[in-house]
Amino acid sequence: MLTRRFSFDKLKRWVWSFVRFVLIAGLSFVILYPILQKISTAIKHKSDLYSPIVVWIPENFTFDNIRDAMSIMNYWETLFNTFMLSGMTTLLTAASCALAGYAFARLRFKGSNILFFGVILTILVPPTTILIPVYMNLREFSLGGLIPLLTGDTVNLLDSYWPFILTSITANSLKAGLYIFIFTQFFRGVPKAIEEAAYIDGAGVGATFFRIMLPNAFPAIVTVILFSFVWQWNDSFYTTTYLTSSHVMSTQLSSLPYNLEMFLDGGEAASSDPFYLSMVQDTGILLAILPLIILYLFVQRSFVQSIERTGVVG
Amino acid sequence: MNAVRKVKMSLQSYDGQKVLWGLLFVSPWLFGFIFFFSVPLLTSLQYSFSTIEASSEGLKVTFAGLSNYIEALAVNPNFNRQLVESLFGIVIDVPLILIFSLFIAVLLNQEFFGRSVARSIFFLPVILASGVILGLEAESLVQEINQQNANAGGIANALGAFELERIMLRAGVNDYIVNYLTGAVSRIYDIVSQSGVQILIFLAGIQTISPQIYEASKMEGATGYEAFWKITLPMVSPLILVNLIYTIIDSFSRSPVTELIMSTGFDNLNFGLSSAMAWVYFISIMLILASSTYLISKKVFYQE
Repeated sequence: MLTRRFSFDKLKRWVWSFVRFVLIAGLSFVILYPILQKISTAIKHKSDLYSPIVVWIPENFTFDNIRDAMSIMNYWETLFNTFMLSGMTTLLTAASCALAGYAFARLRFKGSNILFFGVILTILVPPTTILIPVYMNLREFSLGGLIPLLTGDTVNLLDSYWPFILTSITANSLKAGLYIFIFTQFFRGVPKAIEEAAYIDGAGVGATFFRIMLPNAFPAIVTVILFSFVWQWNDSFYTTTYLTSSHVMSTQLSSLPYNLEMFLDGGEAASSDPFYLSMVQDTGILLAILPLIILYLFVQRSFVQSIERTGVVG
Repeated sequence: MNAVRKVKMSLQSYDGQKVLWGLLFVSPWLFGFIFFFSVPLLTSLQYSFSTIEASSEGLKVTFAGLSNYIEALAVNPNFNRQLVESLFGIVIDVPLILIFSLFIAVLLNQEFFGRSVARSIFFLPVILASGVILGLEAESLVQEINQQNANAGGIANALGAFELERIMLRAGVNDYIVNYLTGAVSRIYDIVSQSGVQILIFLAGIQTISPQIYEASKMEGATGYEAFWKITLPMVSPLILVNLIYTIIDSFSRSPVTELIMSTGFDNLNFGLSSAMAWVYFISIMLILASSTYLISKKVFYQE
């Protein structure tokens, strides 16, 4: 009786782990499929596209697609620019959001609840709603009438990195409300006793923040930096509006189909093979996300762990 | 005089210091909030009620009443349809994404071989599924061909959802439910790619539940199934709310309405109409958000 029950339990466990394995393997495949597809497309020769026997592994192995896509996208320069842009906005955003988050969590003053409601509002309002006025504002940037007083005219900040720098210094860049929220939640979870101990030992508010709270906030910082970097890297909404001629990854990608046609037949569209166009485009996408994937492979462990410890949940 | 001294005194105290530093820390954000958020928000509201003419002297804004809203809702051929479609899309997708991500989070929380690999694969969509990549992916021809090939090749593949549908219909399941479920199966990639962050949040939440509760329930004879419904679900229910809000907000950026608003603004230079559309969109999203938050928040369980 006992042994039978035991084996039944064992069987149940086996079945469950089998089902679980199938589910997870299947869904992992669904997630990885587009990437594998792109890798296989990138190393295929044109002629393999029509070959019925080629599905995944190409018959004629080639780097032509990658070379073409790289030269069209101006790859190395673009990569450098994107790294600079994303890195810069990420650092500035993380810094300004950490300050604001700490203030909202611990340095309360009259009206800070109302201001925190403002943070929530920035999360809720879709960026499309305010895009046009912001665009106008940046095209004739006056800092509330200050710049015309000094130089006599407004400054056009579009097509430079200034919009990104300004919005990220002031914690209003892409999804910054969310980052402030993350920091606030995190700092709320840190025991008050730590702060009090620092105060008793003679640390002022500033020293407490920079020397005690900030080093402790490592998981929150990692989370925000990663999210912000990745989202800035992929963002096409702001980059295509603010930057028109500069070479960053997302603008290059969105103009890739057009540039590709120009490259392949000198401006006469429709004469080239649409499948080949699509092939090079897929390669371009792969090239654009490849740095992110490589980065992810290195940081994914701390990424997952830090989110678990951030208290986004709290 | 006395009051000034009092203020001075209080600023020198620790609490006063805190207020000072707090103001200092908030000020960058506040500055940006005014210049890059509040003012544009109000301007956009103003634009939506006006006609705007761009001339060499700059913008000429004249009040036009509700005409932009009327044009957006009654005259423009695309806006109405796309708005309704994308709102329906949100309403349909949100429950699917929430259930799916909770399920996956529970799975990924269990001990099994290769768990860390599985976790990193499941969070990959956080990185990949955003912005341009998604847009370009939709029009990839190569992918299309391969899918065709795959469909022609494998019988199982082609039959999958169809067969499931027939079985369920035969079994007497409601038509709508069947369509909903088979639709979900066919759109599995969309759903998976939209649930990265949600899985992360749920997983983090599940890990904060103290193991003692599970142990105690096991002692009392609860099965894993019961433990899920009686412990895990109530404990993560605040996160269901968080994820609900996140999912709805996240679907803003994926919606075709966003593109329509942008192109009306920047290609046709009809700023007034574009702002009006944006406001209608914002308000309808807020309505969905408010009603669903209201419905869910009554069920949410907070452990005190």
